[in-house]
This record gives sequence, structure tokens and C-alpha cells, in this order.
Amino acid sequence: MGEDTFRILLVDLDEQKGDLIHFGDPTQALGGSGLGAELFAAYGRKDLPADDPEQPLIFAIGPLTAYFPLMSKVVLAFKSPYHQQYAESHAGGRLAMAMRFAGYDAMVIRGSARTPSCLIVGARRMEVRDVHYLWGQDVLATGKWLRKIYKGHSGHRSILRIGPAGEKQVAYASINVDTYRHFGRLGGGAIMGAKNLKGIIVIGDSNLDLSQGKEYRNLYKTIYRQITDSSAMRKYHDLGTPENMIPLNEMQAVPWRNMQTTHDDAAVQISGERFAEELLLRKTACAGCPVGCIHVGLLRENFASGYEYIYRQVSYDHEPIFAAGSMLGVTQAGDVLMLLEEMERQGLDVISAGVALAWATEALDRGHITERETLYPLKFGEAKGYQQAIRQLGGRANEFYHFLGQGTLAAAKHYGGEDFACVLGQEMAGYATGEAFFVSQAYGLRHSHLDSAGYGFDQKAAGKNEWAAVEFFLEEERRRVQLTCMVSCLFARNVYTEERLQECLSSVGLKKMASNISRQAKQVQANRWRLKFECGYDPSQIAIPKRFKQVRNWKGPVDEAFMEKLSKSYRLATAEVAKAGRFAATQSSESD
Amino acid sequence: MKALRPTRMERCIGCYSCSLACARMVHSSLSWQRAGIRIHSAGGLSTGFEAQLCLACDPAPCVAACPTDAFSQRRGGGVKVKRETCIRCGSCAQACPVDAVYMDLESGYPVVCIHCGRCVPFCPHSCLEMVDTTNGKKADG
Repeated sequence: MGEDTFRILLVDLDEQKGDLIHFGDPTQALGGSGLGAELFAAYGRKDLPADDPEQPLIFAIGPLTAYFPLMSKVVLAFKSPYHQQYAESHAGGRLAMAMRFAGYDAMVIRGSARTPSCLIVGARRMEVRDVHYLWGQDVLATGKWLRKIYKGHSGHRSILRIGPAGEKQVAYASINVDTYRHFGRLGGGAIMGAKNLKGIIVIGDSNLDLSQGKEYRNLYKTIYRQITDSSAMRKYHDLGTPENMIPLNEMQAVPWRNMQTTHDDAAVQISGERFAEELLLRKTACAGCPVGCIHVGLLRENFASGYEYIYRQVSYDHEPIFAAGSMLGVTQAGDVLMLLEEMERQGLDVISAGVALAWATEALDRGHITERETLYPLKFGEAKGYQQAIRQLGGRANEFYHFLGQGTLAAAKHYGGEDFACVLGQEMAGYATGEAFFVSQAYGLRHSHLDSAGYGFDQKAAGKNEWAAVEFFLEEERRRVQLTCMVSCLFARNVYTEERLQECLSSVGLKKMASNISRQAKQVQANRWRLKFECGYDPSQIAIPKRFKQVRNWKGPVDEAFMEKLSKSYRLATAEVAKAGRFAATQSSESD
Repeated sequence: MKALRPTRMERCIGCYSCSLACARMVHSSLSWQRAGIRIHSAGGLSTGFEAQLCLACDPAPCVAACPTDAFSQRRGGGVKVKRETCIRCGSCAQACPVDAVYMDLESGYPVVCIHCGRCVPFCPHSCLEMVDTTNGKKADG
């Protein structure tokens, strides 16, 4: 990519053809989040449902992808089947680097394949291959088969696939990327399912000449040293994000058993320390990241008498441990891995699946549903029942699992129990830190804990000024959008300051982009909000359920009045931001 | 005389920093292939990683196979590459028993590890090291 135009691969699954186009202005759209939004504005259909074949699935990298450490993520832009709005999800693995070396700034996939298919893309290749025999296979088996089906370029390719949940269009089906990473949230996997797309293989088989001189090489070295020597990054490598479990639990800020409480002494049993000491097998990394934050645990299973064991490797993080552990009252680390592995096989977003089953457990206990619906007994702490339920959810085995597969709130609306549905725009992430986090997830663009770090604001002694909180959310969002346009891993947010990003862009010859970055990141922020509102987002339709108002943590009970004031202010502010959205890019008529 | 050895690959996290460093500093490229050391997963990410690089043979079969003396024997093992006389025939790559020579798709020239060690400080898990292959005897470079 230069500063003139983006290089985009358009794929039409109906016709099994591709087109290579020049698109947009990189000095305006930047890349990643900005490019995804521009492409959705050009190719997305706001008037059609998310699962319509015409809807695009857009994978976008950024101007610094592969050029610097931790520039290792891909933005997926799409219309979500979860809420029928514009959505973004991010994933690492090898995909970003594979796309860089395949030579595409973005891939836009439209249409629906005639039979279950795998899209194979490289610098010199584009093929839609029939893989109908893989339909119904779980995510791990599909990965193995796809590696056999396409044998070349081991280590220099990325393999994406969906499981039964994506095929059945569970609204929070994930896309698995290279086994241990995911486009997890908001149902990208269901869109692949709707397109009859079981897998995508991206081959990074070209090489780029570096005309940049010493300035670039020295800057790379400086940043590499900063990342590998810094204690701030070490935490992601050592215990990883699960190091949060004990401190958050001490603050009474971990949701336990469908957030009936926020503290449990059993936290120590599912802590980062316990996982590391007893189950950690090894660590691995996304391509281009020397941190290595992916923690892979050993799941050892006794399948018969006579000391018969099998073993599996399951990645874990704070959010998955919250979703398959504390939220379900599961306090044995091995059981948490067992549930995560099952969610992985089904191709479910683990946060949503865990929170949905936590709601189902309480709904069963309170009599809103019976075992006729759940098919298996669900009790907090009893992992075997959850393992079965996850399989039913992935396959949408009956009407109940069909509703639950549309989202916890969809099921609660049908069966009752909305008060205790832990949903903030989508199923909550693992922080019961208080008003700012609850509001920031409920009304944030991606309904993600990563949108604007509301949990960080909760932990500041910032008082209860709703406009100070809104200002914090919006500036934090802008700062993060700047990174997700590049596309950086957000773990590197303290390394890649605005000044550092400008240096990086200049060193690779993108000087105009470097001088524009702050202003254009703000523009991208507005553009994303505009798309969300234009898809029908109505924040007044999102209510924060009663359960969140009953939370007590280290600060005392949640201040309901403050939460209400903050909700209103943030909703107003985002509607105002959306008004500044504008899309300049148009497709060039000229093909490569 | 030293040669690059991937002595602790079981520690590898698959970050590709070594390949990227070689491509960047030796070949002025952004690539995970145009590098003397290339990383592959051994049958999926759950089975770990392998490094593909020159084993520093002495005598080196690729040198014997080269028809134009573009590859010559490096003392201590491996090869010295003289690109000016390379005719891009690929005989070196065919002769290598461990597929350590990569034929660059864009330029057509062979890419092979020159045992310079510039990738070593970029490995975050110390998987790589420079090992003395001449028992400390002085050798030319």
C-alpha cells in the first residue's frame, strides 16, 4: 500500500470469481477500522438483513501491518446477525501477515457459494473450492482437514474456519483463526455460514522490497527493544490476562454465577497463577509479535480405566476463564479448559456462550424454563452438564437453544428472566467494576470491553461526573481507533503513542498519513458511529438489566442514578459524534 | 568460525521475528520467506515450530551443484554467495538435502542463510545461537 489507493480483492462467491480493484484514499481512511468502514459504506446493504448473501464480509489490514512489531491484527467489518447493525471484530494469528504478503489491504467477500466451500487466496491464486464433506465438522477437525486439503506454504498461511455454530447461524458464532485466535464477538461466524463458507485460507506468498533506509531499521529495533524489555508488556507474556482474576476478585469485581455475586474465595483456583503452575503447556504468538501472549493449557482427560488418557491443547485468557469459569461457578481449572475446548469445537464466542448458559442456569433454577428446554441439568459448578449444553447450543438442538443462540436477551424475552440477563448490548465481559464499564459496554460501538476501557475509568478516583466519563470514553475510543486503523494489537497501546505512530508512518514513506493521523482517526470514529446509526441502532432500546444495578463491589453498591445520567449523556454524545461521519471513498473503475 | 544453529526450537513461539529480521537487514525486504531462516509450523500450531535454514555443511552439496561458482564453500560450513555470477538456475536449491535454499519468486535468485547471526538478538526466547564450528581455529569469513 502506498498513499495513493488501497488494493482490494473483491470475491463473488455466487460466480466464484474475484476482482482486484483500487479503492479509496489511504490518507483519509488510514486502514483497518477506517478502511473497513469505507468498504462497508460502499458495499454493505444497510436495508438488508445481516445474513443476506449480498452483505459483505470485510477483512482489512493497516498501513503498518507487518512493518512493525505487534502490528498483527485484522479488522473484520460486517453487519452483525446479533443486532443487525454495523459491527467490527478483531483477530490476530497469522492472518494479518498472510494478507500483507498476499498483497491485499482488504478482502471483501460477497454472495453465497453453491455448496459449502473454502476460499483460497494468495498473491497468485484465488479459488473457491467445494468442501461440502466438511459441513458439520467441528472447528478443530475442520482445521486438520483444511491443512491436508491445502498442503503448501505451511507456516506462511492462515486458516480460518467455522464450526457447527456458524453453520447453524448462532448469532454469536465465531470465526476461528489459526486454532488459537478468533473473530469472536457479534457473529462473524454466522455470516460465513450464511455464505456457505466453511473456511478461508490466505497464503502470504509474495515478498516486498524495502526501499526504506536506516531510519526504518533503527526505529524497528528501538520499538522491538521497548516491547521485549518493558515490564508493561511482560505481564501479557508471563501470566497473561488471567493475572487479573485475583486482584479483580479482591475488588469484588468478578462476575460469579450469573453475577449473583462479585467475589468468591474460589477465585484462587481459576487464577492466572493456578493455570500457569498446573496447566500451562506453552506460550505462542501472533505472527510479528515477540510478546507471545497466547497461553496454551494442557487438558488431560481420562477416558477409560487402566490409566488411559488423551490430551488436548486449549488456549485461555481472562475473558474465557470468566465466561467458562466464574460466571458458571466452575472452579476447577481443568473443567474450565474442558468447557473452553467444547466452545472452541462448536465455534461459539466463549464470552457470549458462557454468559448465555449462566442465564439459563438461573432461569432453570427460578422455573422460567425446565429440563425439557435445557435437555440436561444445569447447575452452577457442574461442568459436565455445561459441556452437554454447549453441544446443544452449537447445534441449536431445539427451540430453546434456537432462542439462546440468538442471544441471552432474545431467550429471556421469550421465556422471562430479563432482569437477570447479563447483557450490555451483547453478553457482558468479565468486569463488574461499576457504572462506567456497564455504560461503556451497553452503549459502545462494538459493545466490547475494548471499545473505551470503561473498567479503567471505574478504577480511577475520578468522582461521579458523567461528562468527565463521556469525555474519557470518547477520547479513549479515538485513541484505540487510531491503533485499530494501523492495525495494532491493543496490548501495545502504551508503546504506540500518537507520536510513535507518526514516526512509524514517516519511516515507511507515509508522511501525509503521519501528519493526518489524529484528525483522521477522529473521522473514522465518527464514520463507524454513522454506519451503526444508519443500520438502525437506537440506543433508547438498550436497557441495562436490573442485575447490574444490584452489583456491589469495592466502591459499594452501584449508583443507579449516576448510571442513568451517564447512560443518557453517552447516548447523546455518540449520536452527536455520528453526525460528523462522512464517506469520501469511491471505487476506482480501473482494475489492476 | 561460527554458524547459526536453532538449538532451542522447542521454545519457539512462532513470532517470525528471526525471519523478518533477516529479510529486513540482510535482504532489504519485508518478508517471512525471503530470509535465510524460515519458520514453519509442524502440522498445525498445536505441534510447535520448525526452523528451515542452512545446516552449514562442509563440503556443501549446493556448492558442488552450482555451475557458475556463485556458491562457494565457507570455511566452518555453509556457503558464500556471489550474486553477480548467479544465473538463477536453481541447482543449489535442488541439491540442498534440507530445502534450506529458497528460490525467490520475484527475483529468481536463491536466498540462503549466510550465518551472520543478525537474527539472533531478535529471538525473544533465545531459540537461536551462533556456534563455533571450527573448534576456535581462525578462519576467514
